[in-house]
Amino acid sequence: MTALLDVSGVSRSFRGLRAVNEVSFAVAPGEIVAVIGPNGAGKTTLFNLIAGALTPDDGAIRFDGRDIAGLRADRRCRLGVARTFQLVRPFAGLTVEDNAIVGALARTPDVAAARREALAALDRLGLADRRGLLASQLTLPDRKRLEMARALATGPRLLLLDEAMAGLRPTEIDGMVSVLARLNRETGLTIVLIEHVMRAVMALAQRIVVLHHGEKIAEGTPADISRDPVVIRSYFGEAAA
Amino acid sequence: MPLDLVLNVAIGGVLTGLVYGLMALGLSVIFGVVRIVNFAHGEMMTVAMYAAVMAFAHWQLDPFAVLLPVAAGLFLFGYGLQTSLINPFITRPEHSQFMLLVAIAIVTVNGLLMAFGPNARTVLVPYALDSIELGPLLVDKVRLYAAGTALAIAAGLFAFFRYARLGAAIRAAADNHTGALVVGLNVKRLYAATFGLGSACVGAAGCLMAVLIDVTPTLGPVYTLLAFVIVIVGGLGSMMGALVGGVLIGLSEALAGLVLVPSAKSMVTFALLILVLLLRPQGLFGRRA
Amino acid sequence: MTDWAGRMAGDAPPRALPLLAALLAALLVLPAIVDSYVLSIAILVLYFAYVGQAWNIMMGFAGQLSLGHSLYVGLGAYASAVLFVHHGVAPWIGAFAAIGAAIAAAAIIGALAFRFGIAGVYFALLTIAFAEFTRIGFDHFPWIGGSGGLFLPVARHGESEFWMLRGPPVMFYYVILSMAAMAFAMCRLLMVGRIGYYWRALREDEDAARALGIDIFRYKMLAILISSAMTAPAGVFFAFYYNTLFPEQIFSMLRSIELILGPIIGGLGTLFGPILGAFVLTVLAEVLNEVLAALGWEIPGARQVFYGLCLLVVVMYLPEGIWPALARRLGLERRR
Repeated sequence: MTALLDVSGVSRSFRGLRAVNEVSFAVAPGEIVAVIGPNGAGKTTLFNLIAGALTPDDGAIRFDGRDIAGLRADRRCRLGVARTFQLVRPFAGLTVEDNAIVGALARTPDVAAARREALAALDRLGLADRRGLLASQLTLPDRKRLEMARALATGPRLLLLDEAMAGLRPTEIDGMVSVLARLNRETGLTIVLIEHVMRAVMALAQRIVVLHHGEKIAEGTPADISRDPVVIRSYFGEAAA
Repeated sequence: MPLDLVLNVAIGGVLTGLVYGLMALGLSVIFGVVRIVNFAHGEMMTVAMYAAVMAFAHWQLDPFAVLLPVAAGLFLFGYGLQTSLINPFITRPEHSQFMLLVAIAIVTVNGLLMAFGPNARTVLVPYALDSIELGPLLVDKVRLYAAGTALAIAAGLFAFFRYARLGAAIRAAADNHTGALVVGLNVKRLYAATFGLGSACVGAAGCLMAVLIDVTPTLGPVYTLLAFVIVIVGGLGSMMGALVGGVLIGLSEALAGLVLVPSAKSMVTFALLILVLLLRPQGLFGRRA
Repeated sequence: MTDWAGRMAGDAPPRALPLLAALLAALLVLPAIVDSYVLSIAILVLYFAYVGQAWNIMMGFAGQLSLGHSLYVGLGAYASAVLFVHHGVAPWIGAFAAIGAAIAAAAIIGALAFRFGIAGVYFALLTIAFAEFTRIGFDHFPWIGGSGGLFLPVARHGESEFWMLRGPPVMFYYVILSMAAMAFAMCRLLMVGRIGYYWRALREDEDAARALGIDIFRYKMLAILISSAMTAPAGVFFAFYYNTLFPEQIFSMLRSIELILGPIIGGLGTLFGPILGAFVLTVLAEVLNEVLAALGWEIPGARQVFYGLCLLVVVMYLPEGIWPALARRLGLERRR
């Protein structure tokens, strides 16, 4: 099967510093892939390159066979790439429901239809009963859920989650994991996640890509990765090796 | 057009521009630190101009002689304004701050109108019409003195921010609000002091402008706008930029007066602003955000 | 049409519709019960409600602070007045030229500002700069009267001609009332449509909005184009109601500020805010006039000082504007 997302030889520098250096990997439709690596490894930059917040200096990004590297973020969203932000950015002055409607309007110009999609997405994330609140009134875990619901409401084929679990309690993490696993199972949604919470990575990811200093140093199944000596040395530190 | 005429006009423009620069410096300092755009800046300058006018009319005091007390008075005014009215607005959205300062500006302009009436007042110092001859050039004495004073005050302010402890503390608060709080700086007081300093600058500039132009209550909005144009051209928050921007605007205004009818010369100023906004929106001396 | 009506009603609070109907009915019969002085004030209120509504699209919906809306009022006024004075073109036709002129100016400002990412204070200043630039330009343009002003021939006594918009204040009252009602309806439609959601989203966070598929440039352009197109007819009204145009007056920054006070005082981004704000500010100014006259304090500036002080109080204690607070009292909050 052809890859849904194909990142090949992508690089991006900031002021001479290579944040992402010739990274390549592919994600098949319906797959869940985790991108891990220590802080400053270039994970979020890589996400921004895929989602369109940044454009790569070099390399190609193909989505469903089409090169999207030159497209703006909003065009990529319309093609089916949705993302969440590491630091959540809900529209604070809008209600929870309106936040999700903004997302759903990416797939239908009709507000009534968008409202139905939005409610379905909020329901999936367990936010339906809070839909009348302003986003600024939500707790941090709820804001993370809202951000995910908003992204889901756009009807994506690929969902990019940037540390969606950070700051959540273990039970909340398990809840989020089961929501994502169900989404993947029921709708075939492809997910790429940046995650530090290994509990979530191990439960969700079918494959793991490891970044270090902007370069891909390993790729494989969770079992492979947890045994890989290169990964253990660079990621978990010398002491662990 | 004779060259010495152009040169004379250009020099006059540069000298006036230095006074503009001092006025804009106040706006820039306030924005650079407190992140508040003082939409009542020109109005505050008009207050200082009337102070100079009154001192001259009643006690025949030279505006240069009352410059320090007037600046001190405006320092207190600015300090009080920041602590009482503006501080609660620091965290509010831009349009809300804008409305607050517009309200202050409206009260100021019309308060002056009530107190002094709509007619223009003039400060005619004994040497108002004297000029200094430098070869073919004729330089107005008042303009030269005003520019020199403006430059000296600006230099003093630069030195203050570079060498004084309070100046360093203010810079720290401007660079990193939270960090300044952590190391125990009283940010509210520093903000008030900054607003006071900015007001003192515009107060001093008001005394200098009073010898150069006629004073009316409605000058306020015109000079607020001019101060804005200058700091945007120079770079919002940059002190050097404000000074250079002032000179640039003073010069272009003066030269435009040679080719255009006087009332049309500020078109050049606005054209310059539009150009700078489009080509270098951070201003000539601004850092890119 | 029924679809429109459904969307208009949509999620409006149940008590809002009867209240709105009552307000409209009262406004329709108003000329029959009040004298000419009250009528002239009502015209002023509706005028500011109209331009406030138009400006609110830019700032209240899309979050772009324009301090140069007098540019669109002025262009609209001059375009229609020049056509009338020099070519005898009726204002109803001239209005199209007015809208065209405003849209052209807005397209230039918007394309420059939004392409170069100019926002916030910088955008506000750019809009002022364009308005001032135009003001000074018009001052030196003799064909349209220059700084000496452009005067529209006033109707002969008793003559009333709707097509040429020459007539008694009552006619102007109904014209501006229809304009204000249409602006209200249009803003409501925009607000509940996709464009309204997108504007509010980009107002809150541009990056997040872009990630949700919103073409920021396009929607900002739409905001400035629609807002300017709506503002221009206010200029047409101004020209034919007052019959005199001076660049110094109509393009001045004070005019821009005057027209944005209403929506800000009333409640930014709300539909009733511009109307309420226009009412409060205009009536306040008139009451101050009366009170000061009665007290014999008719010093120039006194009225504006009080006006400024009232503004100060509202800005300090009602940062959201009057309408949101009043709506809570009246039980008119949004249902959701």
